[in-house]
Amino acid sequence: MQEINKNAENSLVEGDEISRHSTSSELIIEGASCASCVGKIETALKQVSGVDDAVMNFAQRTVAVEGNVSTETLIKAVEGAGYNAKVSDADSEDELLDQKEQADEAYYKRLMREMSIALGLGVPLMLYSIAGGPMTVETTFERSIWLAIGLLCAAVMYFSGKHFYVGAWKSFANHSANMDTLIALGTGTAWLYSMVVVFFPLALPEMARHVYFEATAMIIGLIDLGLALEVKARGRTSEAIKRLIGLQPKTARVIRDNKELDIAIEQVLLDDLVRVRPGEKIPVDGVVIEGQSAIDESMLTGEPMPVEKHKDDEVVAGSINKSGSIIFKATRVGKDTALAQIIKMVKRAQNSKPPIGRLADVISAYFVPVVMIVAVVSALVWLNFGPEPAVAFAIVSATTVLIIACPCALGLATPMSVMVGVGKAAEAGVLIRNGEALQTASKITAMILDKTGTITLGEPKVTNIHLVNAPDEDEVLQLAASLEAGSEHPLALSIVESAAERGLMPEKVENFAAISGHGVEGVVGDLALLFGNEKLMQDKNIAVDNAAIETAQEMAAEAKTPMYFAIDEQLAAVIAVADPIKEDSISAIERLQQNGIRVVMLTGDNRATAAAVAKKVGITEFFAEVLPEDKAKKVAELQMQNEVVGMTGDGINDAPALALANVGFAIGTGTDVAIESADITLMRGSLHGLADAIAVSKATLRNIKQNLFGAFIYNVAGVPFAAGVLYPFIGVLLNPVIAGAAMALSSLTVVSNANRLRLFKPQEH
Amino acid sequence: MLIINTLGVLLIALIVWWFWLYKPKEVVVSEEGIIVTVEDGTYQPSRLKLTSGKPVTIQFMRKDASPCAGTVLFPDFNISEELPLGKNKTIMLPAMVKGEYAFHCQMQMYRGTLLVD
Repeated sequence: MQEINKNAENSLVEGDEISRHSTSSELIIEGASCASCVGKIETALKQVSGVDDAVMNFAQRTVAVEGNVSTETLIKAVEGAGYNAKVSDADSEDELLDQKEQADEAYYKRLMREMSIALGLGVPLMLYSIAGGPMTVETTFERSIWLAIGLLCAAVMYFSGKHFYVGAWKSFANHSANMDTLIALGTGTAWLYSMVVVFFPLALPEMARHVYFEATAMIIGLIDLGLALEVKARGRTSEAIKRLIGLQPKTARVIRDNKELDIAIEQVLLDDLVRVRPGEKIPVDGVVIEGQSAIDESMLTGEPMPVEKHKDDEVVAGSINKSGSIIFKATRVGKDTALAQIIKMVKRAQNSKPPIGRLADVISAYFVPVVMIVAVVSALVWLNFGPEPAVAFAIVSATTVLIIACPCALGLATPMSVMVGVGKAAEAGVLIRNGEALQTASKITAMILDKTGTITLGEPKVTNIHLVNAPDEDEVLQLAASLEAGSEHPLALSIVESAAERGLMPEKVENFAAISGHGVEGVVGDLALLFGNEKLMQDKNIAVDNAAIETAQEMAAEAKTPMYFAIDEQLAAVIAVADPIKEDSISAIERLQQNGIRVVMLTGDNRATAAAVAKKVGITEFFAEVLPEDKAKKVAELQMQNEVVGMTGDGINDAPALALANVGFAIGTGTDVAIESADITLMRGSLHGLADAIAVSKATLRNIKQNLFGAFIYNVAGVPFAAGVLYPFIGVLLNPVIAGAAMALSSLTVVSNANRLRLFKPQEH
Repeated sequence: MLIINTLGVLLIALIVWWFWLYKPKEVVVSEEGIIVTVEDGTYQPSRLKLTSGKPVTIQFMRKDASPCAGTVLFPDFNISEELPLGKNKTIMLPAMVKGEYAFHCQMQMYRGTLLVD
């Protein structure tokens, strides 16, 4: 965390210089176990020429180095002194995950061992009691047998249930109470009462001389079993993040001083040249320097088709190099890669809570003491009004109340589902910022789509060249491109690029002038050129015949932008530029509409183009000629109509609208994600991500509701039942062992139900 | 019976006082930060007193293997961090304005409070 912040600060201040020629840098030191190491490391670093100062923070195992030296040299110096140093944070995600899994596995084994000890005593005792064996203390022989069993039970409590008692005591001392408190009190009460029966049977009425050792042992065993199974089930909830972490290769092949060497991923520095052969994973983010290849980014973006990458194209860590060998320059390493950012964001979102979980939080904060009070009240009621043996009834009911109540089920209900749901979304290339976005996305009633770059590709191309008084398309295009080469208008770029695609190079333009809102003029060679809309032609007195106007109108009706091109004051051609609609925009919009969502299109383009695009993709409601700053107003207008508004844009000029919308969706192209500006980021360009995001959110919310409802009903019904509310009517009092089983099952059920979400698949498209 | 009932009511009063009304003593966090141990279902210390307007580092040392202990959340600052078992995890908190802020595990069974003034 600290390291990330530091990196962020550094990159703001010093940019890319930090890694190689920084004036100060920080290393993480490994293997420094004593304070005397500090001196050794500092001295070793200070001896490196160029180092002005080195100060180590022993508590945090970091060393700050002042001076103009490459990080590589510094690491070598530390290694020379007998320690290891790293640039990035102490543990990679990979190592953390391994450690976590090992810790979970060890915990699981411990619980299973404890469980078998407890059930080893509990099960025979319980079978004996079920078979009708007397659990009462009457004779001296019975007393001594039960005393032995009681001591065995105490041993079980120590070996299998110690963690409950220690936890209960520690939190009690801390003035807080948790599940341990309930279990410790429940099992402790049952055992203590039984021991009283063994030692002082005469102090109790004859009917009340009943021992409950089997309950104590069984409850401890069952709850240990429940916890063990829960550890396993919990492991499965983080599968998605495991898959993401697994995308990161462990080593990279870098070229330093003309030598290729395989190094650990943590040691890759900025600007390192990295070679990746076919079939290998891209280890860090970078820009291709040499070679070309098809790269499969599907695990990151959900985009199934491999992307062709050439020189100067960006590659991202975790994607797979399919065909060719490439060399690229590292531009983002360690915690800064897109993959690391995605992992961080998914993890954070997985741990955040949607508002729906807040009630459960409030309840669980008061839950345990309330249950303790209920147990006391229940015991008092039995003692005052219960039939004989009232003491035994009171003890059983209090124990059962303490055992059956399960704050865990309530507490787990929301986080487990969010964990799986957010992970599931990430698998589909949908990054959800937090629990709140997840919850709101499930309620969206209206979706505003920006046209350019969202519904369309955002890369306009010349689609038609209608010649009027010119001999050749290429000549017209070349002249137009020459003229537009100096313009900054987005459409100008499309003309230049389309010309370049045909191999036409622009020529020098003179007397260039942009006529705001209308077009451009200039001289190429000895030709006076004019390029723009109908108004420009009128202003310059260029004759435009009806046929040309009709052609232009036809083009406009097809969602293209027609422009007139004149050479030497004579109309030469009508050129149409269009921004192609993404292949699957139509089906994705249909999917949204089928879900009952009102789809609205916004665009800065003219009405005719907007109408044509809207018609093509099946949108009936659209707003054209909307200035970027007015997009937010449209969001507000829809909100005034009581719609829960989703706004989708490319995140660049839509930021205010994205922020105002109930849920802002940013469309990323590839992995160039606008993570910061949106509630939900779609990693691939397809609008199907919207429907996927909404579907995952709905499924997750449904799952949370099931969990909360289940956990709530379980506790609300279970606690009074355990207290014996039904006894006056049907004469049944719950057995504490059954309460223990129910309690263990309840939290397991919640986790398992959340795991069901893993099977969720967004609709095929 | 009267004695038992009185004892019962006293017990209830004790529960209310001990768990809700009583505020344990807070520990003042110095500029060098503090180490919070996660052990046996608790954060120790759990009430941390901080100065407003200054960022602070808290190191969490998790000794508790229960998966519940594995994550610590500071919901007011949108911070959630995983705590590796048996290792120090440093968490940087931003400068805070006066007030009380909770930190807890996912299920709020482990709970602590930051008292900023």
